[in-house]
Amino acid sequence: MTLELNARIPAGPLAGKWDRHRFEMKLVNPANKRKYTIIVVGSGLAGGSAAATLSELGYNVRCYCYQDSPRRAHSIAAQGGINAAKNYQNDGDSIQRLFYDTIKGGDFRAREGNVYRLAQISVNIIDQCVAQGVPFAREYGGLLANRSFGGAQVSRTFYARGQTGQQLLLGAYQALEKEIAKGGVTMFPRAEMLDLIVVNGRARGIVVRDELTGKIEPHLADAVVLATGGYGNVFYLSTNAKGCNATAIWRAYKRGAAFANPCYTQIHPTCIPVAGEHQSKLTLMSESLRNDGRVWVPKRKEDVGKSPTDVPEQDRDYYLERKYPSFGNLSPRDIASRAAKEACDDGRGVGPGGRGVYLDFADAIRRLGEDRIRERYGNLFEMYERITAENPYKVPMRIYPAVHYTMGGLWVDYNLMSTIPGLHVAGEANFSDHGANRLGASALMQGLADGYFVLPLTIGDYLASTKLEQVPPDDPAVRAAVADVERRTSRLLSVKGKRTVAAFHRELGKIMWEYCGMARDAAGLRKAMELIPQLREEFWRDVTIPGSGAELNQTLEHAGRVADFLELGELMCRDALHREESCGGHFRTEHQTPDGEALRDDANFAYVAAWEYAGDGKEPVLNREPLVYENIKLSQRSYK
Amino acid sequence: MNLTLQVWRQSGPASDGGLKEYRATDISPDMSFLEMLDVVNERLIEQGDVPIAFDHDCREGICGSCGMMINGVAHGPSRGTATCQLHMRSFRDGDTIVIEPWRARAFPVIKDLVVNRSAFDRIVAAGGFISAPTGSAQDANSIPIPKQDADSAMDAAACIGCGACVAACPNGSASLFTGAKISHLGLLPQGQPERYRRALSMVAQMDIEGFGGCTLFGECQAACPKEISIDVISRMNRDFLRAAVTKPSERVGGGGDG
Repeated sequence: MTLELNARIPAGPLAGKWDRHRFEMKLVNPANKRKYTIIVVGSGLAGGSAAATLSELGYNVRCYCYQDSPRRAHSIAAQGGINAAKNYQNDGDSIQRLFYDTIKGGDFRAREGNVYRLAQISVNIIDQCVAQGVPFAREYGGLLANRSFGGAQVSRTFYARGQTGQQLLLGAYQALEKEIAKGGVTMFPRAEMLDLIVVNGRARGIVVRDELTGKIEPHLADAVVLATGGYGNVFYLSTNAKGCNATAIWRAYKRGAAFANPCYTQIHPTCIPVAGEHQSKLTLMSESLRNDGRVWVPKRKEDVGKSPTDVPEQDRDYYLERKYPSFGNLSPRDIASRAAKEACDDGRGVGPGGRGVYLDFADAIRRLGEDRIRERYGNLFEMYERITAENPYKVPMRIYPAVHYTMGGLWVDYNLMSTIPGLHVAGEANFSDHGANRLGASALMQGLADGYFVLPLTIGDYLASTKLEQVPPDDPAVRAAVADVERRTSRLLSVKGKRTVAAFHRELGKIMWEYCGMARDAAGLRKAMELIPQLREEFWRDVTIPGSGAELNQTLEHAGRVADFLELGELMCRDALHREESCGGHFRTEHQTPDGEALRDDANFAYVAAWEYAGDGKEPVLNREPLVYENIKLSQRSYK
Repeated sequence: MNLTLQVWRQSGPASDGGLKEYRATDISPDMSFLEMLDVVNERLIEQGDVPIAFDHDCREGICGSCGMMINGVAHGPSRGTATCQLHMRSFRDGDTIVIEPWRARAFPVIKDLVVNRSAFDRIVAAGGFISAPTGSAQDANSIPIPKQDADSAMDAAACIGCGACVAACPNGSASLFTGAKISHLGLLPQGQPERYRRALSMVAQMDIEGFGGCTLFGECQAACPKEISIDVISRMNRDFLRAAVTKPSERVGGGGDG
């Protein structure tokens, strides 16, 4: 069976689509809103803002997070900023330009309608956040400051030092706590969603494990929102938090939600390089650093062992400035990452293992003074020094690309609803707005657009136009979902093998990085698709999890997540193998231009690949949603 | 390097706990403190033992999940550094390291090094916000905010809610945490309408949760991984006093003229 993928993009001119849609959507009258219960899984920018706003509107909201407090969701770690088409700098920005930059940055693999709406809403987000007390950076005149980010030639990024995600999340968290105090939101911290409950074809609840008691229980509602973030941790090493996982969206996939473009992953060019086998995660150095830092490697291999200060100017290769003169160090992430990999593959990488390039601030410090640089990036420089014991004011930073973000996710229509009616997906967990590559400072924009401004309206339309029966707690579908989770949990605990969960996770990560990372080819992907099932089989035969399921058991939590990564990784490889083109973060070495850039195949691959689960041991079904461009012309992406 | 760890083990909230000794061998100085614990835990799991439970997530010093007393010091020996950003190069080969959970009445132990910090969420829920429902905002540049005020607000807003201030305080006071939020919001024009009401409710909630009073020891600011200054406590006290004297009364009902 193939799915019907109706994106439900409203008709009419691009600029008027969202306005028209808002008028055409059905409303729930204020007195009726309190009769509805909505589950929101995840409390980051998308989930936190959606839960708070839905409660402000009058709905009963139940919000879940696996951390001990909603304030700790990984949105908190976003550093550089949030884009908005305010044009406060008078530098030629507009909604149309943000829209175009985002579509082009995504290598023409995102929907026009969604991205235009995102650009329109971007201006409201900044207003909303300032009203909540987000302390954005300001100029001496008291007005908001901006910086530049990759893939744009205007300054449209708003920021709060290097902690923009933290401040935006605290804004959403405080709004959420305000609603919790009022009784509109019930918060469930230290709670993990382990399955989706689908009754009569509609999402009606979730199965949750209380991490403290181990109790597994169904939670029922009229609609479900998943705002559970991305799946970058399938690579083991990434800039994601240790707990970030794909379990919620993977369980939903196995209950019938299509998974779109799983192979679109973003490798961020500026992260602190791996120091050794013990490495548990990678730390990002914000893209904003590329406003003032210059990326280089030595021109000659013989110079890589020298101290950077001993390599004279004429022997340095500022390769981004050389290859992409008009965007230079602010080239988009996928392009900057591949260029770093090429330089290192060429034997010109620096630091231990030769997997690093310099990000040098010497020029900027000479031009602006150390104090000005400290004011802009002080916390990032300190973080770098804490981790590497090197002072970046004196010696250039060493950086290398690392897994950072996943553009793929559950397929959603214009209303952010998945292929399961009643199941909505927001933020990084959905696939919608970034195409094959996300521009810097656009994740925060999308998360908050979805949560504050889109979902609260589109869910109302769903509820108002759907007749929902009461679901009794002993409904067979509810009981079956709970039984599935219980069975799976006891199966994990009963393996009692010899290898640790972390060891399996590391091995999977190595396979994914090697064969489904920055550069992919058919032979490697096929190899990975042999290795992953073998590893999965070994996992279920030989994993060891001490302790019981009836207590706080962090190893058990990790095991469940790794079990899902072991399935998702294979789907990512399958998707990467089928997409016989290069686009954005998906680079197939067989498909490149003579100068090594991504070579798209618009005639055959201008579509969203939405994979449909067909049962364990069966090949998933590929469904295609064609991407229709009515307003822009597809072109070879050029940043030269 | 090789280390001896004395780690607090407690199987549940109601059980007794105690220090247990572990060897941490072949530790690289480039490991973070939590990566060192990962190594110890992985060896425990291989032996079939239950690993040491501790909260952690982002491991880049911003989510505020991690935190432990390391040789009696909250987050260990490096100033302005959360446990996840502490690196083993801060220790010497052969050291003995004592690792305990936060100790405070308002933060009961859940398991090993994991404590319950939900009291912080309830303090925020009591008033640590600006009521600005989605959609009600005017243009972001319509109220200029002096750069100095925005910067001071950001200094206070940098709090990560880890609880080190409480753990370091001899009284177990949450004044640095609460003062930081009151200062962040109170320094901004948008935070003025609720300023005094906020101070009253947040301070009241702090007492309800069982945090101790502040006697200005200053241990909190020394332990704070974001180096938030105790000036925020003075600001909280000023706002609270003024609020207590003027008692912002709330009119109930009425209002409408139709």
